[in-house]
Amino acid sequence: MPLTIPKYPARHPNRPVLQDPFHTMAAMSETPAPRLPERDRSWMMRTYAGHSDAKSSNELYRRNLEKGQTGLSVAFDLPTQTGYDPDDELARGEVGKVGVSIAHAGDMRTLLDEIPLDQMNTSMTINATAAWLLALYIVTAEEQGVAEEQLQGTTQNDILKEYLSRGTYAFPPGPSMRLIADTIAYTVQHVPKWNPINICSYHLQEAGATPVQEIAYAMSNAIAVLDSVRDRVPQDLMGSVFGRISFFVNAGVRFVEEHAKLRAMAQLWDELGRDRYGVLDDKHRRFRYGVQVNSLGLTEAQPENNVYRIALEALAVTLGRGVRARAIQLPAWNEALGLPRPWDQQWSLRLQQILAYETDLLEYPDIFEGSKVMDGLVVELVEGAREEMRHVAELGGAVEAVDYMKSSLVESHRERWRRIEAGELTVVGMNRFTSTEPSPLTADADGGILVVDPEIEAQQRAAVAKWRDQRDQAAVDAALEELARVASEHDENIMPATIAAARAGATTGEWSQTLRAAFGEYRAPTGVGDAAAVSTEEIAELRDEVERVSEALGRRLKFLVGKPGLDGHSNGAEQIAVRARDAGMDVVYEGIRLTPSQIATSAAQEGVHVIGLSILSGSHRELIPSVLAALREAGVEDVPVVVGGIIPDADAAVLREAGVAAVYTPKDWDLNQMMRDIVKLVGERHGVQRAAVA
Amino acid sequence: MLNLVESRTPAAREQTAALLASVSPTALDGEAPAHLVGITGPPGVGKSSLLSRLVAAWRRREMSVAVLAVDPTSRRSGGALLGDRARIEVDPADRSVFIRSTAAGDRLGGLAPATRAAASALAAAFDVVVIETVGVGQSETEVADLADTVAVVVQPGSGDVLQFLKAGIMEVPDVLVVTKADLGQIAKRAQSDLRSALASLGAGGVEVVAVSSVSPPSGIDELVQALDRHRADLDLAARRLRARRMHALADFVTEYGERGLRALGGRREAEKWLGEQDPGLDVGALGRLLSEHAGRAG
Repeated sequence: MPLTIPKYPARHPNRPVLQDPFHTMAAMSETPAPRLPERDRSWMMRTYAGHSDAKSSNELYRRNLEKGQTGLSVAFDLPTQTGYDPDDELARGEVGKVGVSIAHAGDMRTLLDEIPLDQMNTSMTINATAAWLLALYIVTAEEQGVAEEQLQGTTQNDILKEYLSRGTYAFPPGPSMRLIADTIAYTVQHVPKWNPINICSYHLQEAGATPVQEIAYAMSNAIAVLDSVRDRVPQDLMGSVFGRISFFVNAGVRFVEEHAKLRAMAQLWDELGRDRYGVLDDKHRRFRYGVQVNSLGLTEAQPENNVYRIALEALAVTLGRGVRARAIQLPAWNEALGLPRPWDQQWSLRLQQILAYETDLLEYPDIFEGSKVMDGLVVELVEGAREEMRHVAELGGAVEAVDYMKSSLVESHRERWRRIEAGELTVVGMNRFTSTEPSPLTADADGGILVVDPEIEAQQRAAVAKWRDQRDQAAVDAALEELARVASEHDENIMPATIAAARAGATTGEWSQTLRAAFGEYRAPTGVGDAAAVSTEEIAELRDEVERVSEALGRRLKFLVGKPGLDGHSNGAEQIAVRARDAGMDVVYEGIRLTPSQIATSAAQEGVHVIGLSILSGSHRELIPSVLAALREAGVEDVPVVVGGIIPDADAAVLREAGVAAVYTPKDWDLNQMMRDIVKLVGERHGVQRAAVA
Repeated sequence: MLNLVESRTPAAREQTAALLASVSPTALDGEAPAHLVGITGPPGVGKSSLLSRLVAAWRRREMSVAVLAVDPTSRRSGGALLGDRARIEVDPADRSVFIRSTAAGDRLGGLAPATRAAASALAAAFDVVVIETVGVGQSETEVADLADTVAVVVQPGSGDVLQFLKAGIMEVPDVLVVTKADLGQIAKRAQSDLRSALASLGAGGVEVVAVSSVSPPSGIDELVQALDRHRADLDLAARRLRARRMHALADFVTEYGERGLRALGGRREAEKWLGEQDPGLDVGALGRLLSEHAGRAG
């Protein structure tokens, strides 16, 4: 029996239309009523969920909805996000890991089985392949008898932040911006309740952005998107286009400033709509956003403390009614340990429910209205963001400024890390108050995380092969040919041909491959080259040691930092590369998405002394042994390998068994210690005498 | 092998000298057959994308390619981030492509001492050896001491190179490459500006090739042909001989510094003196002669 879902209003009916909610109203200085006439409705509650295959994710969604979740948030696996089928070489080890594998319309049908799409509001974290997944969703709705104009939901569809932080891009900037513009132009006219893009500042903060950077880059990104849509829709639709652009923000634990950040964004967005795009309808200029609160600040050490952090971060996006989030999803307490289990996610959902239904939060108008402190913070942030936006504009806009923004983020992250190491920034349980009792939460047999069945990958490989065998191949070929034609015609919208290909039975990999052939591939900048050099006493000592070992080796200690697989979370690898350079090493860092054979080739050709591999997607069990095998094949098996990532203890033991020299996890946050280990390791392997202890 | 030539231990240096002797014209009975191509230009002009396309073009012609990417990263901490390799797209399974990154020498844009030795050694094993460096002004001069053909890469709208050429700050390269031909008119104008500047310098014979590395690429085959034409018209023996002499001098300066150079009577005198030595000598022998000469002169 299909689930019934309580209808969620697209707009909060009680929310007054505020033209300038923070200044004018305060200036009018009427005493505002301290209470709302009627308690506000809650924001939409979601859990970022999905793993393995469509069937198990569907079961998970239905359970979550029964628990009181009011919307869906679909997590796709990395092959789906980057446009590869489960049986592609590049998909190895990643199928079903960080999300669900969706290879074709059949998978989407299973994923949404018995979930009524005319009532559901579905958010899909999908970017490079957003047009494709939206097409699969539309086709699935069609099969359910639901017309596309009834569909509600969001495709993340923000490519710039993929270049800057998250790494699941597929095509070069130009064609990617066109795909975004096409989905916006299509949905505004055919799927009017859909949010075709979420401008994500979320991942910028994860990459180290300060609040000013987060605001400025998100707004600059929005400008780049709107400018490219402007050419593709009739002018009279620009108001609706502007109104359909929503944001996906982050909220860190400094929750007062974070709240001010949202007010600053609302103000800038309103101005942008009025001044740059001439949007007259106030409703269209309203700043709408969903949120996933900060994962960057969640610790592996004493992970139970993360529950408090998450609760405080949730306050940042709910406290002031004027800029309250439309939809919230909270991370689980154990994200720094591995994939959260359904119970962990339920715990986070309960937090939202307590906030919305037990507390009095929803009974009041904006509680910061007229606050001089809050207004002052907002002014500060708006001014800082304006200056940064001007700089991006001078560089030619957000697309042209990707290199600049990436370097700035790496630099901010480096500075953040320096402050943590120096103890200027307190992280409880990590760099302060570190003594702890053993945690009963992580003591169970599975270590308190979800482990994806490794059989899933083989099953999905077989399933996609079967799908290809059973479909009408001629229809698929024709649809892909038409897609290729449209792709080469800059002025034609990609969506109709994409929907036709979805209907014909094409696969995720085929759709992407067709576009890769037309658009070319792309590697985003690594941003590490411009990071400022740090020098502390500790690093100076480290540098002396690197010099000493390099002298003995005859040439400078050379370190390869590699990211195998499709995982694009490169922030950690970048910081390690920068620190190794500061420690005096020659560092080869090639960015994300390398195959084991690429890493082995680089190691051999570059003549490195040590290799560091970083994997955060949980695919280390498959990928690390593949890299070790490739190194053997390339004849460089004697080069020691260290591994960093979200790696459970049991896996770490397996990896060491397989020949990995050392395993680092988020609790090893002291980069200098890591560097000392690496220098020592190289020294030992080459028979370099230890330094005499002074 | 390259681990060896980069190594500064005395034993490794001796072995490197032996290696270079084994690839000298005397040992090979002629110059090493590779085409040594220097590719240089200011940062951000698209050298790496161009190189990706060039490597693919050479591979289509079934030529093996080695790339020595000299990274300009400042060596303030002693360490360096070598990112160039990441920007050159090649098929990882292709054994006929070799890429090695090295940090620049102590001077900005300068060649690391090992780069010359590596290029000479690779020249015996690959059809094309590319030396990629960053900068304008000093760097193409240094690369010219090493490569058979030097291509300077510029992007449209950047007047620097034009000014540098006119002012004589920059030596005239063997081939000029204008990137971003997909920009159309602007690229065409840059190309014709450079052509007329070269003509006014009496270097009208230098080819100016416009390329685009974005899909669909253009001008790549023309560039390969221009590089080939330059190499075909070149007195290879003379250029390689000069390269060996400059190599020996560079090694000498690395070892003995400015003081050693003064003992030789300055760079100009040293170059002149080298020009009078037996053309059949390999780099190691030339180096020994230089040391002896410096000892006598000093």
